[in-house]
Amino acid sequence: LAGATGGVAVRPVCGIQRDNGTKMSQDQQAVNGVSCVSKVLTLDTMNPNVRRVEYAVRGPIVQRAVQIERELREGVKKPFTEVIKANIGDAHAMGQKPITFFRQVLALCSYPDLLEDNKFPEDAKKRARRILDACGGHSIGAYSASQGIECIRQDVARYIERRDGGIPSSPDNIYLSTGASDAIVTILKLLVCGEGRDRTGVMISIPQYPLYSAALADLAAVQISYYLDEENCWSLNVEELRRALKEAKQYCKPRVLCIINPGNPTGQVQSRQCIEDVIRFAKEEHLFLMADEVYQDNVYADGCKFHSFKKVLFEMGPEFSSTVEMASFHSTSKCYMGECGFRGGYMEVINMDPQVKAQLTKLVSVRLCPPVPGQALLELVVNPPQPDEPSYSTFMKERTAVLAALGEKARLTEETFNSVPGITCNPVQGAMYTFPCISLPQKAIDKAKEEGLIPDMFYCMKLLEEEGICLVPGSGFGQKEGTFHFRMTILPPTEKLKVVLQKIRDFHLRFTQEFS
Amino acid sequence: MYVMHEICSSVKNMKQLDFSVLVRRANQIKEELKQGVKKPYRELIDVSWGDPHRTGVKPLSFVRQVLAGCLYPQLLESNRLKVDVRQRAQRLLETCAGGSVGSYSDTAGLTQTLKKVSEFITRRDGGVPSHPDSIYISPGSQWSLTNILNILVNPEASPKTGVLVPAPSHCVTTQSILGLGAEVLPYYLTEEQGWALQVEELQRAFDSAKGVCKPFALYIINPGNPAGGVQSRKSMQEVIKFVSEKKLFLLADEVYQECVYGENVEFLSYKRVLAEMGPPLSETVELASFHSASKGLIGECGLRTGYVELVNLDPSVLKLLDNLFSTNSCAPVLGQLTLDLMINPPQPGDPSYPLFYEETQRIRTTLIQNVRQVFEVVNSLPGFSCQPVEGGVFAFPRVYIPPKAIQKAKEVGMEPDTFYCVRLLEETGVLARPGSEFGQKDGTHHIRFCIMTPQHIMEELLRRLSIFHTKFMKEFS
Repeated sequence: LAGATGGVAVRPVCGIQRDNGTKMSQDQQAVNGVSCVSKVLTLDTMNPNVRRVEYAVRGPIVQRAVQIERELREGVKKPFTEVIKANIGDAHAMGQKPITFFRQVLALCSYPDLLEDNKFPEDAKKRARRILDACGGHSIGAYSASQGIECIRQDVARYIERRDGGIPSSPDNIYLSTGASDAIVTILKLLVCGEGRDRTGVMISIPQYPLYSAALADLAAVQISYYLDEENCWSLNVEELRRALKEAKQYCKPRVLCIINPGNPTGQVQSRQCIEDVIRFAKEEHLFLMADEVYQDNVYADGCKFHSFKKVLFEMGPEFSSTVEMASFHSTSKCYMGECGFRGGYMEVINMDPQVKAQLTKLVSVRLCPPVPGQALLELVVNPPQPDEPSYSTFMKERTAVLAALGEKARLTEETFNSVPGITCNPVQGAMYTFPCISLPQKAIDKAKEEGLIPDMFYCMKLLEEEGICLVPGSGFGQKEGTFHFRMTILPPTEKLKVVLQKIRDFHLRFTQEFS
Repeated sequence: MYVMHEICSSVKNMKQLDFSVLVRRANQIKEELKQGVKKPYRELIDVSWGDPHRTGVKPLSFVRQVLAGCLYPQLLESNRLKVDVRQRAQRLLETCAGGSVGSYSDTAGLTQTLKKVSEFITRRDGGVPSHPDSIYISPGSQWSLTNILNILVNPEASPKTGVLVPAPSHCVTTQSILGLGAEVLPYYLTEEQGWALQVEELQRAFDSAKGVCKPFALYIINPGNPAGGVQSRKSMQEVIKFVSEKKLFLLADEVYQECVYGENVEFLSYKRVLAEMGPPLSETVELASFHSASKGLIGECGLRTGYVELVNLDPSVLKLLDNLFSTNSCAPVLGQLTLDLMINPPQPGDPSYPLFYEETQRIRTTLIQNVRQVFEVVNSLPGFSCQPVEGGVFAFPRVYIPPKAIQKAKEVGMEPDTFYCVRLLEETGVLARPGSEFGQKDGTHHIRFCIMTPQHIMEELLRRLSIFHTKFMKEFS
């Protein structure tokens, strides 16, 4: 690296190897190794909580997938020509098209000169003007209030009221966020306190979306796992909640109950009765309810319906609706929009003590504000074209097509996996994933242990290497001891999905044969 | 119900800022003006944020046209947008998964954008190499700063972790530090010397930790916020030597690097100065430097995009940082593309260049003019003084609040400079921030306001401020 300023030989920086074509040379690594001896920030001096943070959705298997993609680009011969990333709930990456109306309004907000353009429909222009009027300096590039743009929060509140049959929602209880993840982590940060046996315990399902376990590890909260019932379509059993809570009381102070509905990774849509039972349980045990409802539009199975926790809570009467504390979360990343890259979302807080709410407001102010394009997008999601507006028919056509395709793919996936000996798959009632149970021969389990891998990671890695399909092993989400799963998204286009399902079927049979 | 004693104690330790009172009142006034209530002014002038668009500075046309093309690619099928705009949007969309800005990127950011950022850094730093693997794009620079602080701060440590922070300093960072359960150790910049940093003061701040906390990191803002100083190479070298000697992690907040005005003033990055000091320092001092698309001429605060470059970090720590960052998926993709546009603007010969040049020149000229005007006007008023603003987007003048006013402020339960700002807002419709929020030497008072505004706004602001200040001083004399 000669040639740097002043003729000084500048050493390369220490860097994590990302396999995107920019690997460091061997001796660079050696040098880095030597100079790492007396660092200020080391594994020992850093925050020990961060050491326990893991996030399987973007974990080791994905890193290997990216490496393989690089090898393919470099011309390395493999039994496949592309890696199919069925690990992450990213619809656009899999070819789903954005909703035209949303993108029109956002383009108008970005470059308002286009408001003069007659190629854009009036209803899009109307919304763009409303959003821009609410932005500082009429620009989406200005900071907004940290709680989010006021008129958008008002529209979110109205959306919630419409969705929940008229039950009132106050804009003051709405906090816009950078994706739902931001809001979830913020609430947990607020609610976790205490030491030793008084440390806050947070209940979360097994299996769960690993943001929760990661956040709990980072905050050194106590994770209280409650098992969903695989034999009964991943339903939630209040008796299981009771069991988990009773046990946890011995070593922590349970205060929060998290539930994901529709579920991730399991896809179950909770029945109304179940939701009532959970609310009753939360009231009995003085638990703060966190209802992650980001997949609320993704409901496919006959007989299944999305019931918002808030709606059920209020319909249970004032004994519950005035006492149970709750935060419910939504996002622009999923449903029929699939706009993950915008990082839009919100939470609604119910029955929060005003002093505590002031602390929450203070906490969110530290991150300045959520991305304004994401806020604008959220505005459109809660305020879509109405039947009397020009963009309505195209909008409904697109929305219906996306949800119908997802429903079809859910059914196809369940059917295909259930036809494979050794794979059992619960109906994909909602969300975007399937979480089938795979039975692994003992020899495979032993081989995995030999290689220092959890058996379903061993399985998924082999699938990746042989077929170029990237899934996430069930161990990344949590599962009953002795069982194995993987999570696959149902997002690839139908024709491609059929191929993927076929390949997994073939792989599974091969795998079972190989380790028999 | 969850009550106060069950809330995370470090969250409770975060200060409740006086500014929220001012904001509430400003919103009320806005409503009153809308309803036609008579006031001595027709519009508020909100200069409380480092937010150029809010004050009226226009977004750059090229940037917004490209973003519109990326958002709604149908626009690329006609000649509505210039050819270089269309080409750039096309190229950027190709770097996004599924050709859409609605898909996630990799945790650290879009591969192509990271590559461009590292090339930009190398160019900026006179050839000092930068590697994409050491860069993380984040939703605003504050996000990655807070998360790196999260890695640095052990909330269970006894004694607590201490972070040296300039006084005055950006209050958001101070809040983050408190919220994570660490202690803030202020080191006072020397106002009379253009807010220069004295190493002796760093030493004093470090020593003040004895028996209180264990200093672990040093946070520095260059160009400063709110103090508008730009560090000399010599000063930066002193800081680097200091952190090396005291075994501190260096956090260099450089988001205002494009905003430098003084005649003989040059922005140098900490990475560059460190590298040019040669080994052993260049190989051992651990540094995180932050930049953003929120400031500078592009001023896209609302898109929430920044990045951090990590230097000399332990690879095992980097791996864990990667895990931590991955839980938040990725930075907003539209913002990531904006970063690309920021560091690769139109070049002479491009169809969009003339307009781009015109717009950026206008902003630059206005800024330099504003800086000069503020200096002249404020320093001409008795009881008011302002150091030269060499960089950044704020003026932080000192207000010599009379004892009678200090007394009045005490009576109403406010800091004296908050009281000044409240009166300023009520009587002139100018929303500025009180110096007490940023940390200042005891007995001194300041206000902070953004100087990145259109020319006519600055003129009006200074007019209202002058009238108010003179009146205020007279009233409490």
